[in-house]
Amino acid sequence: MAEMIKVGMADLKLCISPNSITTLGLGSCVGVAIRDTGNKVGGLAHVMLPDSKEIKNNANIAKFADTGVEELVRQMEKAGARRNMMVAKIAGGAQMFAMQQNSPLVKVGDRNVAAVKKKLAELKIPIKAEDTGLNYGRTVEFYPETGDYIIKAVGKPPKTI
Amino acid sequence: MAELDLNNVDAMYYDVLREIGNIGAGNAATALATMIGTKVDMKVPKVELVEFSEMGEALGGEEQIMAGIYLQISGDITGSIMFLLEEKSAHDLVARLMGGGEAVFEKGQPFNEMEQSALSEIGNIIVGSYLNSLSMLTGLKIVESVPSLAMDMAEALLSVPAIEFGMVGDKMLLIQTSFSEDTDLNGYFVLTPDLESYGKLLKALGVMQ
Repeated sequence: MAEMIKVGMADLKLCISPNSITTLGLGSCVGVAIRDTGNKVGGLAHVMLPDSKEIKNNANIAKFADTGVEELVRQMEKAGARRNMMVAKIAGGAQMFAMQQNSPLVKVGDRNVAAVKKKLAELKIPIKAEDTGLNYGRTVEFYPETGDYIIKAVGKPPKTI
Repeated sequence: MAELDLNNVDAMYYDVLREIGNIGAGNAATALATMIGTKVDMKVPKVELVEFSEMGEALGGEEQIMAGIYLQISGDITGSIMFLLEEKSAHDLVARLMGGGEAVFEKGQPFNEMEQSALSEIGNIIVGSYLNSLSMLTGLKIVESVPSLAMDMAEALLSVPAIEFGMVGDKMLLIQTSFSEDTDLNGYFVLTPDLESYGKLLKALGVMQ
């Protein structure tokens, strides 16, 4: 029986087919889903902030786009996934509220998305699809078997990317 | 400047923060009661240090749809405050303010422009009276920004203050207060001063050296 694994905020987990993996209510955070298209080893990271080097307290590596993506890939490789077979899909990075210009949170969603893309490019993992930005929250479900990434938002029909 | 260490919070600080929540929300409840013309009760506030991964559950489910009114604060203390209302409560409040009866709505139904501005105003008044009492109590100057409104999943709304906390730690301090009146009305405050401001608050109240 396939189960659905749940990933919390600032967390990451592996998921091997036929299981699926989900994270609920992504706001400005980004949900990075990666899988090996051959052996269907996958995983999902829910990152909150773009850069671990900007922050003093950076012990939780799953919290940041740079270290979070790197750690997810490392754990996937340990579980048998191959780098050259990996593809990614990303969602989230919304701006939930209008922000004042001087806030450290201005465009944090956009910066998260940009940081994830930069890290994936560095690791040579192509991005197959994305549903990012705008101003609403997203719940995502990822199926390593097919690569389907289902996005659910309030008041909108679910879509698969 | 004294800073609060989130991994080592004194029990007395919890009591003080709870009291801040109590007084702030008490004033806000009075403002709300005046606005809608009924009695509004307030529950004893909860002060909790929550892991990010457990945050959504603290407000009754990550995907619970809520109206969030978010204001940034500046002046002597900096940070943000969010007032969250359950979807049904938000629709009921707006219907009541606009002179209608109980709200009829579908889950996830967006507010129209007029309702949105009514809801922002409600949030503004409630949060304003909350911050006012906090300012009076501490003698600290608190300036609030224009409110910004969003209707979405609790976890997505809370990601915004969580990211502010994420810059300094892996837990978030929630000061949660809920209201109720004759019909059900569930609202929460999430006050998120930055760490330095926590130190200032506690110092102004004489509990931190």
